Amino acid sequence: MRYLPLTDSDRQDMLGAIGAPSVDALFRDVPDSVHLSAPVDLPSHQGELEVERALTAMAAENVAAGSVPFFLGAGAYRHHVPASVDHLIQRGEFLTSYTPYQPEVSQGTLQYLFEFQTQVALITGMDVANASMYDGATSCAEAALMARRVTRRPDVVLSGGLHPHYTETTETLLKFLDSKIEVMPPDIEGDEDVIARIGDGTACVIVQYPDMFGRVRDLQPIADACHEAGALLVVAMSEIVALGALRAPGDLGADIVAAEGRSLGNPLNFGGPYVGLFATREKYVRQMPGRLAGETEDVDGKRGWVLTLSTREQHIRREKATSNICTNSGLCALAFTIHLSLLGEEGFRRLAALNHAKTVSLADSLAKAGLEIVNDTFFNELTLRLGSPAAPLVDRLAADGILAGVPMSRLLPGNDDFANLLLVSATETVTDEDIERLCAALKEAV
Amino acid sequence: METGPTETHTGNRGLRMEEPLIFEQDAPGRTGVDLPEPPPVQSRLGGLERKDAIGLPGLSEPQVVRHYTRLSQKNYAIDTGFYPLGSCTMKHNPRLNEKMARLPGFADLHPMQPESTVQGALKLIDTLAHWIKTLTGMPAVAMSPAAGAHGELCGLMAARAALEARGDARKRVLVPDSAHGTNPATAAICGYSVESIPLTDRGRVDLNALKAALDGDVAAFMLTNPNTCGLFEDEILEQAEVVHDAGAFFYCDGANFNAIVGRVRPGDLGIDCMHLNLHKTFSTPHGGGGPGSGPVVLSEALAPYAPLPWVVYVDGGFELIEHAGDAPGAAPYGRMKAFHGQMGMFVRALAYMTSHGADGLRQASSDAVLNANYLLAQLSDVFSLPYDGPCMHEVLFDDGFLKGTDVTTLDFAKAMIDEGFHPMTMYFPLVVHGALLMEPTETESRESLDQFIDAMRNLAARAKAGDAAAFHNAPMHTPRRRLDETAAARRPVLRWRPDSVQGEAAE
Amino acid sequence: MSDLRFSKEHEWVRLEGDVATVGISNFAQEQLGDVVFVELPDVGKTVEQNGDACVVESVKAASEVYAPVDGEIVEVNVALEEDPELVNQSPTGDGWFIKICISDPAQVEAMMDEAAYNAFTASEG
Repeated sequence: MRYLPLTDSDRQDMLGAIGAPSVDALFRDVPDSVHLSAPVDLPSHQGELEVERALTAMAAENVAAGSVPFFLGAGAYRHHVPASVDHLIQRGEFLTSYTPYQPEVSQGTLQYLFEFQTQVALITGMDVANASMYDGATSCAEAALMARRVTRRPDVVLSGGLHPHYTETTETLLKFLDSKIEVMPPDIEGDEDVIARIGDGTACVIVQYPDMFGRVRDLQPIADACHEAGALLVVAMSEIVALGALRAPGDLGADIVAAEGRSLGNPLNFGGPYVGLFATREKYVRQMPGRLAGETEDVDGKRGWVLTLSTREQHIRREKATSNICTNSGLCALAFTIHLSLLGEEGFRRLAALNHAKTVSLADSLAKAGLEIVNDTFFNELTLRLGSPAAPLVDRLAADGILAGVPMSRLLPGNDDFANLLLVSATETVTDEDIERLCAALKEAV
Repeated sequence: METGPTETHTGNRGLRMEEPLIFEQDAPGRTGVDLPEPPPVQSRLGGLERKDAIGLPGLSEPQVVRHYTRLSQKNYAIDTGFYPLGSCTMKHNPRLNEKMARLPGFADLHPMQPESTVQGALKLIDTLAHWIKTLTGMPAVAMSPAAGAHGELCGLMAARAALEARGDARKRVLVPDSAHGTNPATAAICGYSVESIPLTDRGRVDLNALKAALDGDVAAFMLTNPNTCGLFEDEILEQAEVVHDAGAFFYCDGANFNAIVGRVRPGDLGIDCMHLNLHKTFSTPHGGGGPGSGPVVLSEALAPYAPLPWVVYVDGGFELIEHAGDAPGAAPYGRMKAFHGQMGMFVRALAYMTSHGADGLRQASSDAVLNANYLLAQLSDVFSLPYDGPCMHEVLFDDGFLKGTDVTTLDFAKAMIDEGFHPMTMYFPLVVHGALLMEPTETESRESLDQFIDAMRNLAARAKAGDAAAFHNAPMHTPRRRLDETAAARRPVLRWRPDSVQGEAAE
Repeated sequence: MSDLRFSKEHEWVRLEGDVATVGISNFAQEQLGDVVFVELPDVGKTVEQNGDACVVESVKAASEVYAPVDGEIVEVNVALEEDPELVNQSPTGDGWFIKICISDPAQVEAMMDEAAYNAFTASEG
């Protein structure tokens, strides 16, 4: 077997050195009643060719996003990743390395994490960021836990503009922790009054920017109201490219930013692995979950980096840890930081501008085709109100070779108000031709 | 006394490059991506247009490629050499996995595409779930947790949901003294208080202590098997019985599953829930710290409480159940993350599993255990062995052999680095003093192990011979020598700032 | 410093009137290694004997510091925020943690004096 270096001769010699008659003898602590005598009922080993054939066949049953006009968003936005990124992350010293607990032989990882942390702090307008979380939704949930620790208050208010997966994940993480979670209804009209919900027991308000309908609202008044009441403002984001065009949450009074970073460097991957970004103010740094790379010097006085403030983490504080998190999203964070390094200031801002321009073009074309757009503001995502349920329409268009968007009913089922809503997004990967085809198809169907 | 190679003018040493931060290589206006000029449009950003600069540096593509190439060359990796890290299972990461995960039919799929357009993806998840259930002998699996610790949380939340559903809310979780830190941290997030159970002098959980601690207020017992001392819990069937008799659930931390894949099914041991680490047992790459994937297998009692979403096969096609309302009879406790789970890791793990097959997986765990026992046999005369063998896939030594040498476990580890090895796990588990936990995995050749053994014997001899100074100065041959972790924690510098001066700490 | 009393958890107390200054012993700071951070309670908090009071962190460990006596926190050593190394440099002097207004002097009486504490740590080590 190609991954197993030991030969039968090796095995015999090694058993001799150990003084055991057989490998089975090494398992003598396993009760006989549970020690299987034969391999389990699954296929036998296969060479690369056979494995490739089987998996390629499975992949071929799927419609890849890049093969058709594609307009899906709803928390995962398709962007072009430069070719260098995937080459660099596949270097064995990145791909197959371990968590940098031995800093002398992990300066590569530690330096890129330090750069990543800096980039995240810069784009979010915050003081400090960690070395990544699992995804935006779990970042959001961890932000709620952190706000409770910082304010020593139990309750959380979730805006009706928050992605339902983020809402559900946050509710789940807090489920057994004696917390009142107020989940505001989905904010279709864009006029929710989240400030009115802040009470004496509120640890934080969580809003999304842009929200799940694609709208952009000024966070400063919400931040001010939170701070006056002694609560924190957590800003969740599912499209990080928006920060190339919009004012940073940190400039609008955010205390914690919990974002999905996957848009940069990483493919859509059918939902995972993604990369959560987590940033906060300097004064809260010891309450922040996750790993942190910090600068220091070695015995020769040379600059280097180490994992630091580890005493917050599970392997030391155990039940008093800030989180149970152990892994971060290492390689996905590396892909993010390489992509953002390639973009730089000019490229990142231009990428955002292209996204916005493309969505403006989409909005104008849809309006011309007689379709109703709910949003007055947006970055790269719109909510359409159709005259009939969106889900069957999307299925029909898929059969015709267009991936037209995400029906709101997929995220918020069982509510007639949402059945006719369709989320559509246009990134820099969408062409004018794609837009024409979508508008023609929607116009015909409506 | 020589303190290191002679300094060069640039600070570079042949192929070993010094590399500044990207922020120190900025040229305004420069970029590594050619994007078209955006057409002028009337902004719809609601007056929230960004006005000021972000402060990101501008580099060209050649500079970026060189930057990250140089950084990579400062890292140790499995591709470079041996990582005997206990409970991490640092086995070879096959490149076939990478190739399959990058097929556009898997990588370029949006999680919310209509189900008719992603049947192959759902089939892959279902197929992997089938392999996992068969290997573990369990009826159900929750695929969505993003990593091992996340999976622990899933298992414990399912247990708590089940207890509350039967009107029997309990307050405590039992955990062995030797448990990994994620176990009590996870229990705390579930609102439980944590109690420790001591080990016997054979390195296993003390069954009598467990019995004494179990009562109607214990929700679960969390065990790692094989345990963190590298030993199979031979009384596990009795443990399961007393845990169940008390009305509690039996959680198993599956971090060490590599010892028993294809030989023992956790379902046969009476486990109610167990997380797997696809990035340990099933070869998905560690990636410098992640991403992982932590599916959780569940017993009949806990299956109804599995979190959303999951894949079902109905009327000749695959479907995703994403809402509680679509699953009559199930009572999911909630959702662990956005979307469906770590699909990219699922593809890799299935490529690994189908490559090995049932026969290869059994051979792999056999070789893993053989390799660990070979280390035990070849090193137990120089290192101190707290518990008699045979061990499973990892062997635990303690630092007794360093007594009187003025060499600490840490010093010893740093000297290993100079010899070209990543150190083994140190200071864990906490139940022995100065623990040294070594897990070779099945993908180390006999030659590699022999070189390691020879180097360890040499280091142990030098330590005992009184060569402490050399150990205190180690490592000597790495891109950076020992780093000041105290300063990093006292005055944390967690980002670059424009007023930082290269090579000096900010004022 | 012969006016110090010690607990089994390696805290010391210096009583002046009804205010007890509390810190960790030289033995404790040696065991901990370099102190990087101290988490201090709020002034005004009530503490119980052997209950949680502070947390002292080194690079690799975090230890609870327990209140050796009942009382109310009247002052905390804010200098430790900037200079946690004071705990290592002057554990029974400038490296003090908290001052407690005590409710029961007998609790201090019952603690080990320096000689007894030294014997205690010798047997532990």
